[in-house]
This record gives sequence, structure tokens and C-alpha cells, in this order.
Amino acid sequence: MPDSHGSEAGGARLVARLRAGDDAAFEQLVRENGPVLLRVARGFLRNEADAGDALQDAFISIFRGIAQYNFQSSLESWMRRIVINSSLMKIRARARRPEAAIDDLLPKFVEDGHHAIEPRAWTETAESLVERAELRAAVRAAIDRLPQTYRTVLLLRDIEELDTDEAARVLDVSPGTVKVRLHRARQALRTLLDAMINKPEGSRS
Amino acid sequence: MSCREIADFILAYLNHELSAAQSREFERHLAICPACVRYIDSYNKTVQLGKAAWLETPATEPVPDALVRAILEARKAK
Repeated sequence: MPDSHGSEAGGARLVARLRAGDDAAFEQLVRENGPVLLRVARGFLRNEADAGDALQDAFISIFRGIAQYNFQSSLESWMRRIVINSSLMKIRARARRPEAAIDDLLPKFVEDGHHAIEPRAWTETAESLVERAELRAAVRAAIDRLPQTYRTVLLLRDIEELDTDEAARVLDVSPGTVKVRLHRARQALRTLLDAMINKPEGSRS
Repeated sequence: MSCREIADFILAYLNHELSAAQSREFERHLAICPACVRYIDSYNKTVQLGKAAWLETPATEPVPDALVRAILEARKAK
């Protein structure tokens, strides 16, 4: 992912100014990185006020932690991790609501183990599917429809690219649980996308 | 292996977490079952499509000004 501060040297200069407590540098950091980071928070939290709170909490941690930032990852990915953590804390802090079941979106099988509904072919390549703007929007909406637990794991693993152990750590669950949830989340998303990609004959515009 | 087991084991197969014997059984099933081949193909495309659709939308919306101010003030308050 391209760093919004252009060069590595530019990033190092900004970090030095932040460490010196330069007010303008903090404002620059918030204005330049805010949009990307707010989108990360919005991904996890479907509520605008919560996403804003998570972003604010994250920036406070970023301001406090900038002295410890060690340049091992890009400034953007370091900040992304902090936003992920503050978003997950918001999710945890919220009163637990009963979750929508995911079972309806998982594949069904008959007694002898065969598919109850034969999977249809997705004839287009992923690359050509991605080129369809309306489908991209529909994919994002489909991810939003996944029950929170599954959506969170899908975002952590497939979008933010945390590995299984890292995802397990931030969620405070076992790696096995992460794998089960990721697999179900992908299967459910596949079911939702299948209905869009394989529209009945004649209904495709 | 049945189609149901294939569906259950896709992630383990893709992560190379099946034993050699299980992997062979998995592949033997795929060799004779076009339905499962189609399922795995669409599963893989789902992962690619999910990631691309999510990330290829540029984050162009600026952070609301009130939020920027709140963040900068919160820093000073600490």
C-alpha cells in the first residue's frame, strides 16, 4: 500500500516533528491519514458515531505512542493496527446483541453428502468481475450484511491481512476459532455473491 | 470424501493443513466432481473479489472537520 507521505525520508521527517510535539504535524497527520483510517474503522463499526469515536481513540494512542514507533512497518500500517484495535474495543464495549445466524448462508447438503443445490460456475475471472463497478459496490454491501463476528474476522484476515495468530490475539479467541469463522464468512459471502453473479437469465442488464 | 467434507476442508486444504493422505483424498474427489471444482473456484474468487472491492474504493471522503478538531483538542487535553 502506498504511503501517503510519499518517500521514506518524508515519513521520517514527519515522525521527527510529531515527536517534537509540533502541532502542525499532528494536524497534517490527522488530515492526511484520517480518511483512510476512518474507512478502516467504518469497516468494523457500522455506526458512524462509533467509527468517529474509534478514530479519535486511535489518534490519541498514536500521539502517545509515536515515541515508540520503530519504523519496522510503514507509518500507515502501524496506524491501521491501532485503528483496528480501537475499533475492536468499541465492538467489545457495546452491549452484546443477539447475532443473526449465518447458517442460512452456508452451503446445504443432502443426506449422502452431495450438494443440495449444485454450485453454478462463475465463468468470469475475478479480475473481470472486479472491473464491474456495480458489482464492487454490491460486494461491499454483501460484506456489510455478514453477522458481526464473521465480518470482523473476514476484514482482519482477508482485507487487513493479519495472519491467523495475530487475528486470534486481537480478538482474544483461539486460532482454530479464527479459521472456522473465516471459512464460514467466506462461504456466506460466496452465497451472497453467487446470487448477484448468477442472476436468472434475462435479468442481467 | 463427500462434497460436504470437501466444503468443510477447503480452508485447511488451501492452507496446506491437511495430512498427505487427506490431501490425496481431497484431490481424488475433485478429479471426479465438477460441482466441487466449481464451488472451490467460486470460493477463491469470493476471496479475491472481497478484497479488491473493499480496497479499490479510494477513501476520498475527508474526515468531518468537527471530528478533526475534536481529535486535536483531545490531544491537548491529555
